[in-house]
Amino acid sequence: MNSFLTRYSSTSPEADIRKAKELFDEDGDVSDVMWGSASGFGNLASGVPMFKLPSVPDPTSFLRMHTDDHADPSCRIKIKHGTTTLAFRFQGGVIVAVDSRATAGSYVASGTVKKVIEINPYLLGTMAGGAADCQYWETYLGIQCRLHELRNRERISVAAASKYLSNLVYSYKGMGLSMGTMICGWDKTVRIPEMNRDCTEAIRANCRLQGPAIFYVDSDGSRLKGDLFSVGSGSTFAYGVLDQGYRWDLTDAEAQELGRRSIYAAGHRDAFSGNTVNLYHVKQDGWQFIGNYDVSKLHYEGPGDVPGAPGTGYGYDLRVAGRTSSDAPQSEGQA
Amino acid sequence: MDISFALTGKGYVIVAADTVAARSIVKMKVDEDKIKVLSPHLLMAYSGEPGDTVQFAEYVERNIRLYQIRNTHALRPPSAASWIRRTLADSLRSRKPYAVNLLVGGYDTSTHNPHLYWIDYLGTMSEVPFAAHGYGAYFALSLLDRYHDPEASVEEGLATLKRCIDEVAKRLVVNPEKYKVKIVDKDGVREVEI
Repeated sequence: MNSFLTRYSSTSPEADIRKAKELFDEDGDVSDVMWGSASGFGNLASGVPMFKLPSVPDPTSFLRMHTDDHADPSCRIKIKHGTTTLAFRFQGGVIVAVDSRATAGSYVASGTVKKVIEINPYLLGTMAGGAADCQYWETYLGIQCRLHELRNRERISVAAASKYLSNLVYSYKGMGLSMGTMICGWDKTVRIPEMNRDCTEAIRANCRLQGPAIFYVDSDGSRLKGDLFSVGSGSTFAYGVLDQGYRWDLTDAEAQELGRRSIYAAGHRDAFSGNTVNLYHVKQDGWQFIGNYDVSKLHYEGPGDVPGAPGTGYGYDLRVAGRTSSDAPQSEGQA
Repeated sequence: MDISFALTGKGYVIVAADTVAARSIVKMKVDEDKIKVLSPHLLMAYSGEPGDTVQFAEYVERNIRLYQIRNTHALRPPSAASWIRRTLADSLRSRKPYAVNLLVGGYDTSTHNPHLYWIDYLGTMSEVPFAAHGYGAYFALSLLDRYHDPEASVEEGLATLKRCIDEVAKRLVVNPEKYKVKIVDKDGVREVEI
């Protein structure tokens, strides 16, 4: 009886899926001709793919029963949670920096995770929350972005790509997806000579949509445009360093150093973040991988011979070595 | 939701605590002083379970005073901190433990050293160059790792404290707005506006 009810109720998760299927026309009445259409149709026309779900009356609570490790530490599926990721926009583009630790409960499952997903040469996605969810859906986003390119003969904008992902995860809301991600990139820039000299407000508004862009997208369905974000359990520690050192007119070297230092700070203070830092810089001609830095090495030796490096380790004890708060008179100090 | 910070500098300790006394979602008072002056060169910021905090702070205050009356001299900061920690640790194993977190800052007039102790309700004590309790710690500790200077002048120390307060104001959902700031150095205790 219960399952009969949920089958036809309008609020159950099953009903949500049914509705989503209708909305996206999943079972595909898309004719082959439309696939070649250069004018393109909506990104969602090909439909959001649907998973096979457990054949129980309420798949959501079924999933929660086996994944919620707060209620039941011995549950079978443990979702990776701890992370620190950050991205910020500045005069010279976008800096993306992440740690590389994967934890399952208190167990460090890996120290060499790639938390920046290279969607295409102009788009990066960061990974926080469920590793599988982020990896799968951002790769999937990459596929859709490429299809957009083929259909429309034009690169997808960061706004559009992030909205695609946001709509996608929103359709799964309440079903246990866990992701907090930043979609970062460079939207194509129209060179000034091409623009109309007395440009209208519409053109000017369009100009504001060009250049570096960051969107924060999470599994609640939030999508926020901004200059500076940090996501994950270590984000507060990263914010502490990032906010205080951030300016729009940072040089490339300063910005890269700030990204590195902020992730180091989180890796140092947050037990669920650490191991290494991965640093990316997005510029007009696409993203560039700057480097991988060991957090312990940053602590004791610093990043090595790279632009913006301070020449010493980042560690507090190194930075204040030989300095003391004592104000004893010098003569007494001798004794 | 209480937030407290403390940091040492050249010959001083700055102790800061927010001034909100809240119950549930309501601010009951916005100018509560949560930093006790225990002796001429000793400060203690307290936070935690409402009721326990003031009871415990006054108990400590009076015992430190009693020691001073009996022995003419006040306890030096390391001894005072040890006694406070022990009192809290004994209480932990009683029927009704005090749930109070403390930052004890003092200036030792005989060695000319500032001392700062971070103490939590479990009786953990640690001497540190800077410290924080409450949600503020999540933002301030990484910041202080980066910006704290043991040889900073009072002005520089206050500027670093301001950074912590500004960062919390910027990022924490509920901002306490006002902080009480006290400094202890060779001249004793004084309050400063920030």
